[in-house]
Amino acid sequence: MVINKNTSSKPVIEIKEMHKWFGTFHVLKNISLGVNQGERIVICGPSGSGKSTLIRCINRLEVHQRGDIIVNDVELTGDLKNLEAIRSDVGMVFQSFNLFPHLTVLENCTLAPIWVKGLPKKDANELAMELLTRVKIPEQALKFPGQLSGGQQQRVAIARSLCMQPKIMLFDEPTSALDPEMIKEVLDTMIELAETGMTMLVVTHEMGFAKKVADSVIFMDEGEIIEQNDPKNFFNNPKNDRTKLFLSQILNH
Amino acid sequence: MSLETYKPGSYPNLPPPAGTVGVYGWLKNNLFSSVSNSLLTILSVILLYYLIDSIIGWFFFDAVFDADSKIECRKINDGACWAVITRRVGQFVYGFYPEAERWRIDLTFYTMFFAFAPLLYPDLPKRKWLLWFSGIYPIFAFVLINGGFFGLPKIEYSLFGGFMLTVILGVSGIVCSLPIGILLALGRQSKLTVVRTLSVCFIEFMRGVPLITLLFVASSMLNYFMPPGTNFSILVRVIIMFTFFSAAYIAEVIRGGIQAIPKGQYEAADALGLNYWQTTRFITLPQALKISIPGIVNTFIGLYKDTTLVVVIGLLDPLGIGRAALADTKWNGLSTETYLFVALFFFISCFAMSRYSLWLENKLNTENK
Repeated sequence: MVINKNTSSKPVIEIKEMHKWFGTFHVLKNISLGVNQGERIVICGPSGSGKSTLIRCINRLEVHQRGDIIVNDVELTGDLKNLEAIRSDVGMVFQSFNLFPHLTVLENCTLAPIWVKGLPKKDANELAMELLTRVKIPEQALKFPGQLSGGQQQRVAIARSLCMQPKIMLFDEPTSALDPEMIKEVLDTMIELAETGMTMLVVTHEMGFAKKVADSVIFMDEGEIIEQNDPKNFFNNPKNDRTKLFLSQILNH
Repeated sequence: MSLETYKPGSYPNLPPPAGTVGVYGWLKNNLFSSVSNSLLTILSVILLYYLIDSIIGWFFFDAVFDADSKIECRKINDGACWAVITRRVGQFVYGFYPEAERWRIDLTFYTMFFAFAPLLYPDLPKRKWLLWFSGIYPIFAFVLINGGFFGLPKIEYSLFGGFMLTVILGVSGIVCSLPIGILLALGRQSKLTVVRTLSVCFIEFMRGVPLITLLFVASSMLNYFMPPGTNFSILVRVIIMFTFFSAAYIAEVIRGGIQAIPKGQYEAADALGLNYWQTTRFITLPQALKISIPGIVNTFIGLYKDTTLVVVIGLLDPLGIGRAALADTKWNGLSTETYLFVALFFFISCFAMSRYSLWLENKLNTENK
């Protein structure tokens, strides 16, 4: 199955010569990246290569020190107003789900729409149920996260992000903490989301997902973007030696 | 050792072997698991029988509940002489609060349960209406106890005493110190240097000073601010000191709870666009308070019992009343009865708090419901 590519040429994320340090450690080096509306980008690379840090800079969970990041025509600065605008446009799904354990699945989904967007409770509940149905777990709405399996929790986390009706979704290794049998249900959910035309940046090692869904694949190593290409060329004839090495390591086992 | 054979994948769930569960299983596992365990069990039962037999005898069957003095008590029976309590129960409960006005204390005490119920039991029916009452209750209680309004005669603080004083000090201290403790805990974690420094100074000072010192400060500072002879707000000052003292402890307990929350919770809240106060209200505090319940209740129980320290600045808490009773030549030497009675009162209050905290912990446990 090939998902129709309905990208437009309007960039929703523009990163220009961006640098980031953790203390004295130069973690992101001269990153430049443009993401168009509806584009689906998979970022891969060895651990410690800065790929998670890169997408965390996009909703300013991490602060960059040099260069520009422009999301939806808003530049990321210390300004709180900008921050609010960006965070309600950018959803994020974490490796460890980070659901709120003291709230029910439904409350997890409605909290931000009610308090950040000011949606009436009734509308927020309807929206949440609609999205929980989309990730195929409406029957779990009144349970607590601790009662669900890892795959179900991650799907709730996806629904929770979608409840804010974001324009961009960031996925930070969404399947890395899951048992093998649950990876598929989460990937299927993400594939369905991709079909709706959502702009997605996905940090993952699931190369099958990359081949199927991505418009382009980025390989990062030691804080740099080493190679960016469409999946076909990326997997069949990688140009850079480090990319070749990485692919041989993760594909041949 | 199964007798039947099953196809792979069709093995049924069998009941556990006989004698491993149920009453019989429990007895066998816990009391009679080996020869030495069985011997110990039998020995303990015999020992308990003799202990309880003589204790209950002293407490109830051989006890005297009414007499005019200790000597009369001894003439009647040789058990406990509870007459020292029954004859002075009014003082133990109300201190020297005028007898004609004691209904005010009773009313305040019973309505207190209505004020606390909606705060303690979130699932209560009609909770919203009761919460209104909880809100006005402090004023209601002040007017009733203190008087001076609506034709109620004003009662001097120096007449307060007994269990009533304990409950006033303990409950006000507990109710005021929780919110202050929460604010201090948040302040200590704040990114604003001034707020953080002030919180740290306050907490460290209050924790670093003995409570008795604070009580002496509360009682003697009064002399500098008030005209001589007045005893106006000693009670209020003592309550403030109790509140600050336990707020510092509670702040540290809650800080522990806040620090136990995984970083991912804040990241998720940030990513959803919740601001600091929203995150604090919906994410941080519900989880931190839940973790801190045992520590908070521990502090409350400590505060409640520490109210007996007011005896050193001349307030007549139950221990003070007890000492006064023992100083009476009629009841001289009945300290066992007096102190046991006071201890029983404290035990009931503190045990209730402890049980409530267990119940709440259980209720808030969302992991294995």
